Amino acid sequence: MAGETRNPNFLLTTLEKGVNWTRTRSMWPATFGLACCAIEMMATGAAHNDLGRFGMEVFRASPRQADLMIVAGRVSQKMAPVLRQVYDQMAEPKWVISMGACASTGGMFNNYALVQGVDEIVPVDMYVPGCPPGPQSLLHGILSLQDKIMAGEIQRSTGML
Amino acid sequence: MSDAPHAPGRDTAVPTTDLPLEEGISDADDRRRLHEVWVAGTEEPDWIAGATDEGAQEMLPADVEPALDLQRGTAVEDDYVDEIRVDESERQIINMGPQHPATHGVLRLHLELEGETIRRAKPIIGYLHTGMEKTAETLTYLQGGTNVTRMDYLAPLHNELCYSLAVEQLVAVEIPPRAQAIRVLMTELNRVSSHLVWIATFGMDVGALSMMLYGFRERELILDFFEKTTGLRMNHNYIRPGGVAADLPSGWEDDVEEILDVVRDGIADYNDLLTENPIFVDRTHGVGIMTAAEAHAYGVTGPNARAAGVDFDLRKVFPYSGIDAYEFDVPVGSHGDVFDRYMVRMEEMRQSLGIVKQVLESMPAGDYRTEDRKVTPPPRQRINESMEALIHHFKLFTEGFKVPPGEVYQAVESPRGELGMYLVSKGGPRPWRLHVRAPSFATVQALPVMMADLIVPDVVATLASLDPVLGDVDR
Amino acid sequence: MTDLASPDEDEVVEPAPEPPGDRKLPDDPVLAGLAETFESAVFDAFEPAVGPRQDVVAVDRGDVVPFVTAARDAGFETFIDICAVDHFTREPRFDVVISLLSMRLAKRLRVVVGLPNDDPVMPSLTGVYAGANFYEREAWDLMGVRFTGHPDLTRLLLPDEWVGHPLRKDQGVGSVPVQFKGANRAT
Repeated sequence: MAGETRNPNFLLTTLEKGVNWTRTRSMWPATFGLACCAIEMMATGAAHNDLGRFGMEVFRASPRQADLMIVAGRVSQKMAPVLRQVYDQMAEPKWVISMGACASTGGMFNNYALVQGVDEIVPVDMYVPGCPPGPQSLLHGILSLQDKIMAGEIQRSTGML
Repeated sequence: MSDAPHAPGRDTAVPTTDLPLEEGISDADDRRRLHEVWVAGTEEPDWIAGATDEGAQEMLPADVEPALDLQRGTAVEDDYVDEIRVDESERQIINMGPQHPATHGVLRLHLELEGETIRRAKPIIGYLHTGMEKTAETLTYLQGGTNVTRMDYLAPLHNELCYSLAVEQLVAVEIPPRAQAIRVLMTELNRVSSHLVWIATFGMDVGALSMMLYGFRERELILDFFEKTTGLRMNHNYIRPGGVAADLPSGWEDDVEEILDVVRDGIADYNDLLTENPIFVDRTHGVGIMTAAEAHAYGVTGPNARAAGVDFDLRKVFPYSGIDAYEFDVPVGSHGDVFDRYMVRMEEMRQSLGIVKQVLESMPAGDYRTEDRKVTPPPRQRINESMEALIHHFKLFTEGFKVPPGEVYQAVESPRGELGMYLVSKGGPRPWRLHVRAPSFATVQALPVMMADLIVPDVVATLASLDPVLGDVDR
Repeated sequence: MTDLASPDEDEVVEPAPEPPGDRKLPDDPVLAGLAETFESAVFDAFEPAVGPRQDVVAVDRGDVVPFVTAARDAGFETFIDICAVDHFTREPRFDVVISLLSMRLAKRLRVVVGLPNDDPVMPSLTGVYAGANFYEREAWDLMGVRFTGHPDLTRLLLPDEWVGHPLRKDQGVGSVPVQFKGANRAT
């Protein structure tokens, strides 16, 4: 439901915080690396900047098992329905990070071939700017998303965009 | 077939266990529901003997097995079974991609499988089409590098070099020797970093999952150097028409020496890990063969063609940017299988490091870009002092420099093969047409040839060994 | 025999094409052999500031398959590229540029075929080089040049239901108007 009412009950508030904590501490990303940002996403998962510290080193190929979709790269017109289908196949709760300039706004490619921003297709929770964003920027984006989830700022979506 | 495990409740004559049961529970099903544990020695022997029976799934001899006949569609002496439906070819078309962990980007493959053997394969591309050739027509020649560098995103400096060389052929500027040497240094380091990504993903696809971590670990050193020199880890826009954008930072010799040492050791480690590993050898010998004739017909060049025995390297035959001043060997394979491609790329990494060492020792002093102010912007300090410099700067960054009319094709040896750019200029500040001849495009087109009669895991190994980059393919 | 304007207009613009009697044969023996077989082919060369000479030959679309086959047999065994260029204001409007490479002889050759605006059709080269397949599909997809005899001339890079050929000069780049806060309306 959009906008769950906050229960002032102490037990349920703590439970909600606990649930949010578990959700953020093992957010498994779905493999949705498209272009150059995918290489930086792989570099973030590699040893130097380690996503495994945050419980996220398992990139699940199956969207059923993934919580987080990091749209890493430019989304072309042909890829857009595929993106939407993969997003729909993910189970709730799910979040979307739009990584890079091309995913956020179309980037430097303001032309016929790209979707000008992936938020035309899926609801985005965090935008990470950069072309490509370095691993540190991506990590900052992921951790900010985790903070937002912990604070309860991201409500449950209705499932309809 | 057998009945004991499936209907214990009906068989009241069979002895039951000694488990302490709660009041009112007597049925075996109830016990099972309560998840009681069978104590050893108290089970009914018949039940244990029958516990591993497959029941109705039990495999009987082929001529007796009615279930198998039913699956095959052969007529059975039963009323409810249809006529014989025998499929001569039990082929099935499955779809692999575009979102797939092993397709190296957004490549979609239609595979017609017979069992697990591929009978036909059809690649479907276009999922990363960015319209770069159209965008290039709207950008000036100084801006064009930013667009082109994002095509083959693992070897961005090669894209920029090809573009700059094409423009320089039309503009006819002299590139100072230091700029040429810097270009060679950066592109050969880029070749090494691209091959490191290749070996990381190739190792991971073949099963050596730790290769992913090792490859990216060594690559971080090279990317740090790139960041120090060009400002970015990837997609640098550093090699521009007229030279390079900035000089090498002070202390670069130490960085490059460290890269040489660490990456050489890394490559030796990967060699020990993979080359004589029996699992690796089994997975790669004789798999995914492409012959030299096929390579010529499909336009496959670079390490993929050299693995098939084609001894041709653009750096040797049509040298550019002063690369013929350095000594290096070109590794050539013989079988054209996955193993040969692996060996060719490993050796190419070592040779590239050799070139980097030679550049390190012989880097000339001088300008890092041409002095021709019609092409390259003046240094920033000069703008405060000289009106002419200010005007040059202004015109270069607003209107861009004009390139005389002409059509030129320029090719460089990228880590994937022959990367070519066909540039048509009609005299304006923007290209009239820029067509990029992408090496991975030809490779992906040749996939069905290599994938005939392979099994699915071999498809993954073959695709990984070819090192296609979908940004190159789709542009 | 249609006289195609030479596609290479570099520093000196020659307004009139050469009369057929004065046809200049290329120095290179391989190309000279091809020139003798195909009389209507116009050979030219582009000498860049740096790098080897680039040989270009302009061929009629009726002759292109025999010419390319002869080139392949003469030593240009490697297929490199097919690309289409839209010279919007020139007739013939489209140029199809076929790049070939001879690894054995270390030579390159560019074959240029001019196609008119109302009929941008030429025979397919998939029978000569198997690698022409995807390149011709891309030329059809993005530029609208048709290749007769192609086994599967469908869209390659754009979605199947796309209408139009974006790389043509009469189609815009398709940009979305971008406005920056505080600035006048950006183009």
